[in-house]
Amino acid sequence: MSDTIVKLPDQSTARIPKVNFITKENGLLSWLLTGDHKRIAILYLISITVFFFIGGSLAGLIRLELLTPQSDLLASDTYNKVFTMHGVVMVFLFLVPSVPATLGNFFIPMMIGAKDLALPKVNLLSWYLYVVGGILVLVTMVTGGVDTGWTFTTPLSTHYVNTNVLTTGLAIFVAGFSSIFTGLNFIVTIHKMRAPGMTWFRLPLFVWAHYAASILMVLGTPVLAIAIVLVALERTIGIGVFDPTKGGDPLLFQHLFWFYSHPAVYIMILPGMGVISEVISTFSRKRVFGYTAVAFSSVAIAVFGFFVWAHHMFIMGISNYAVLVFSLLTMLVAVPSAIKIFNWTFTLYKGSITFETPMLYAFGFMGLFTIGGLTGVFLGSAGTDIHLTETYFIVAHFHFVMVGGMLMAFLSGIHFWWPKMTGRMYPEKISQFAAVVTFIGFNFTFFPQFILGTLGMPRRYAAYPPEFQILNVFSTAGATILGVGYMLPVLYLVWSLRYGAIAGDNPWQATGLEWQTQSPPLTENFTVAPIMDHEAYDYEWLESQNQEKEEEVAHVG
Amino acid sequence: MNHISPVLWQFLVKWLTNFQLFPPEASRIAPQMDALLFFMVLVSLIGLTIVVLLIVSFSILYSKKRHPVAIQVEGSTILEATWTIIPLGLFLMMFVWGALLYFRVYTPPANAMNIYIVGKQWMWKAEHPGGQHEINSLHVPVNQPVQLTLISQDVFHSFSIPAFRVKREAIPGRYTTEWFEATQIGTYHLFCTQYCGTNHSQMIGEVVVLSEEDYKKWLKDSTSGMSLAQNGERLFASLSCAACHNARPDARGPSLANVYGSQQRLTNGQTVTADDAFLRQAILNPSQHVTQGYAPIMPTYQGQISEEGIIALVEYIKQLDSNYRVEQTLTTTELLPEGKPATAGKQPAKPTAQGPQKPGMVQQ
Repeated sequence: MSDTIVKLPDQSTARIPKVNFITKENGLLSWLLTGDHKRIAILYLISITVFFFIGGSLAGLIRLELLTPQSDLLASDTYNKVFTMHGVVMVFLFLVPSVPATLGNFFIPMMIGAKDLALPKVNLLSWYLYVVGGILVLVTMVTGGVDTGWTFTTPLSTHYVNTNVLTTGLAIFVAGFSSIFTGLNFIVTIHKMRAPGMTWFRLPLFVWAHYAASILMVLGTPVLAIAIVLVALERTIGIGVFDPTKGGDPLLFQHLFWFYSHPAVYIMILPGMGVISEVISTFSRKRVFGYTAVAFSSVAIAVFGFFVWAHHMFIMGISNYAVLVFSLLTMLVAVPSAIKIFNWTFTLYKGSITFETPMLYAFGFMGLFTIGGLTGVFLGSAGTDIHLTETYFIVAHFHFVMVGGMLMAFLSGIHFWWPKMTGRMYPEKISQFAAVVTFIGFNFTFFPQFILGTLGMPRRYAAYPPEFQILNVFSTAGATILGVGYMLPVLYLVWSLRYGAIAGDNPWQATGLEWQTQSPPLTENFTVAPIMDHEAYDYEWLESQNQEKEEEVAHVG
Repeated sequence: MNHISPVLWQFLVKWLTNFQLFPPEASRIAPQMDALLFFMVLVSLIGLTIVVLLIVSFSILYSKKRHPVAIQVEGSTILEATWTIIPLGLFLMMFVWGALLYFRVYTPPANAMNIYIVGKQWMWKAEHPGGQHEINSLHVPVNQPVQLTLISQDVFHSFSIPAFRVKREAIPGRYTTEWFEATQIGTYHLFCTQYCGTNHSQMIGEVVVLSEEDYKKWLKDSTSGMSLAQNGERLFASLSCAACHNARPDARGPSLANVYGSQQRLTNGQTVTADDAFLRQAILNPSQHVTQGYAPIMPTYQGQISEEGIIALVEYIKQLDSNYRVEQTLTTTELLPEGKPATAGKQPAKPTAQGPQKPGMVQQ
């Protein structure tokens, strides 16, 4: 044990470097044809923000409709389309690419001391695939939408709806390849492009989390693609794989779908967990407690995550013994998440904690993810799943994990790395306020839904029995607050692009390699190829670096 | 004060006075389900409190103001083991408890009465063994185990009764079962919880739990005059099943008397139990289910007979213990084509709430 004193650098003399990845080249084409992982990350950031607000407006419509028990604002057909599009947009166009394609894309090469991802052109290709997928979803939406639910359950999706199932399927198919390429790129980069001295156990936990998520993307997404192709073939030429009258099995679709879509939950949450590890360590100025435990828990989640898919089907008449096995494995996958939570908590122990916005979001993540994770156990236990599944309990559960967890982590990461990405600070006070508003609004929106679920209110209902109204009114009121919480960052972050204080190289005094270079970074990331000669989160090393710099300045002076 | 706030106020008062976390416990299994739920809520609250307390107290104790200098600590194997083993133990406990509960929820007692439920976009049809027939409602007696055999005519549906804590998917092309024993007289929500298309949220109804006398009265008042098995017998005759399945020495199909529940050897060498699912498959997809010793000549009835029709047939075959009436039907129809084969031609004694029943109706 030893002491670490943190000195924040003097901001008054800092300047935005004249040459950086943003100013290197100008013009739209220089962005659209770029191979620079940082520029592609920015492209992704803009596009996923657009889709987040599209998905968010759809969520707003859902909540407005549910203000009253009757389906009066939207007819049930419209309502069904709205919640389907909300699910498709949020899952495939926001949550899956959110942290990996923006923050992961930007910072994985920098964290491991590389110039770029291993396959820069493939990286650009995945953004274009994402955009094509996104445009197809928009086309679906304006040409009449789709009303199968984002789960595309057969035979509803194959034989019983006349909406744009094929266009949506194609959109997800294309966007899926974007995700596969991103995952592939990360795996190759992390294996092959690490700086000298950057051993596996010196990697920041953000990189470990992305590595685990990338494996899930590469192995899981093709199965989704197969399932979608089979649905398309069933709809167009009636091959009968899922059709019981032709000897097919309608449950097979759900096996295939959840074989991807359960791991997809971990694709969404693991990168977020990576962000939390970085943020908690930085703002408590302490090495992450139990580095190896946190690193391996990411891998454990990825491995176990592949073998729990049938817990979505406990009431569907699968064999009782399958239920036993999948319930047991579900319990096991909950343990690594608990390990992470406790390790982050103990990272605070004997730290020197400050409460900037990223840290507030990270605290929000820890509280909400704990609730989301524990309620997952309610659903993983076979007996209680019977009562709770397909109700608002499950809606509340996955929104706690995805919105309370992943979105909080995303916002935490965006604020944390904003100075590095743009060279400017976001305004602290208002953003702390936004973090608190988001947290309050979130709980107001989704906590009542747990009660609605235990009371038995089914999900995906445009109309509901009147005794559920008051809790739905709470939920809708909360969604309004949440909406304000999400609008604020867009406004002040855009404002800060021009008026924010100059950030300097390392405003948080964080240890990652990405902070040891200028902000915004050069296109090549580093002027000198870095050599890693210390462990991750080594605050003593950082201090000695700072001392050296001070001495240099004193010497020159 | 505008007119909105009194409304809200009313809501709040109403909600607070009727505040509840769980729906009524109206079945034998409900208290057991709630016991596990309470245990989980308790564990979760304790877990959450520990995490929040630790975060808050560390944030206060080690805030930069109080603790300007961080002290670097490596991990601790003992702590890692603690927070691996304790959650693991608790989760495993919930797994075992949950698994036991699952088996209890889905294993019906031997004396359970059976009601067939057919789901279709967007209604629930219940077929009682006595021939009672209802849509979007289900009448059951109190304190008696009831098993539901579910099937869907089109897409996935899910038959959920929150007050009984039971739920089971109705799947196209496959029977599933659930059971409950209602303990409280009353009317409860019935929901379709699997998203099934446009009017999913209107696929709701009520479960009415009646006392024994009221239930008997209801049975008597709602009968269509013909039991499910009698309907099946009519179908059996009108579809000419008896032409082959008649136990004559030259019969082209196996005798169906006492076939239900027996072991059947098929031409492909498999031995299967003739249960509801097998009988259903043998009617719809006969070429895959040929009993050894018979030629695969039976035509498929796919698309020619509704799920209710199949249920009636299965119910008929279930209680068929001799071929006497089958042969009689055969002789009667052969001799007197316009005659009165078995019970056919008899009008329902009383139309049900859903209008007169057409037992022989063949629908898609």
